[in-house]
Amino acid sequence: MTLAKHETEILADPDLPTIKIVRDFDARPEQVFRAWIDPDLFSQWIGPRSIETRVDTWDARTGGSWRYTAIRDGEEVASFFGSFHEVRPGERLVQTFTWEGAPDGVSLDTVTFIDLGDGRTRIEELSVVESMETRDAILQSGMDTGVIEGYEKLDELLSRTA
Amino acid sequence: MVVGKVPGMEMTATAEQLNRAFAALADPTRRDIVARLAEGDATVGDLAEPHDMTVQAISKHVHVLEEAGLVSRTRDAQRRPCHLEAEVFDFMTGWIERYRRQAEERFRRLDDVLERLEETTEKQEGAAS
Repeated sequence: MTLAKHETEILADPDLPTIKIVRDFDARPEQVFRAWIDPDLFSQWIGPRSIETRVDTWDARTGGSWRYTAIRDGEEVASFFGSFHEVRPGERLVQTFTWEGAPDGVSLDTVTFIDLGDGRTRIEELSVVESMETRDAILQSGMDTGVIEGYEKLDELLSRTA
Repeated sequence: MVVGKVPGMEMTATAEQLNRAFAALADPTRRDIVARLAEGDATVGDLAEPHDMTVQAISKHVHVLEEAGLVSRTRDAQRRPCHLEAEVFDFMTGWIERYRRQAEERFRRLDDVLERLEETTEKQEGAAS
């Protein structure tokens, strides 16, 4: 078991239906950005190991749309779609995200690419959904759309009760 | 409280219990109550003191926490102090950690993609110069 070079941090706001994910990468902002908007690169990392990602629609421009399907053992298990609300190269990517299994739900995802210098980049991904219940359901689903972490106050508490 | 002793339990029961626990903790007053109980057992009266709320209102919040399995109250003692069920929190931490690990795995694949990207760029730059 080796220690992670970079730890993924997940923050679930105690009062707002948001999930924030923070992670550092050993690559320049343009490169990390490219891995997010180039469909061939994106499909290589987005799904869990057991899942193959098939990109169905991909128009990575401000106002464009996207759709992809998760395939396990040759069977389609889930599809997701949304729009590229804003594509600002190397800096910011704003997208909507809907799992077709819950068509009324939509998440607004903003990824900010922060240049840390020395060829390193910090990404901050903020997802906003319509209610605390939906947010918690996403956190609990194990769906790999967003990422998590617990209520700040709860964290404190957990370290005290552990 | 059964959630802490999961092995034989139905997954659905566990998920339901977690739903209730997270819903209970979505309220700031209830988080304060939980934080206070982390320091030690307390009566509803003790818990009401720092809040601008009636004992009845606090009692309702405690009831929600009890339903969620986060707090228990002794039946026989006259003061009926509230007690925090710490093992539920252990279970919740495990669950959040699992979610975090999923994200971390995804980002490690992205690390690999970026590493290959770096190699390709270097080769192209090398060829161009």
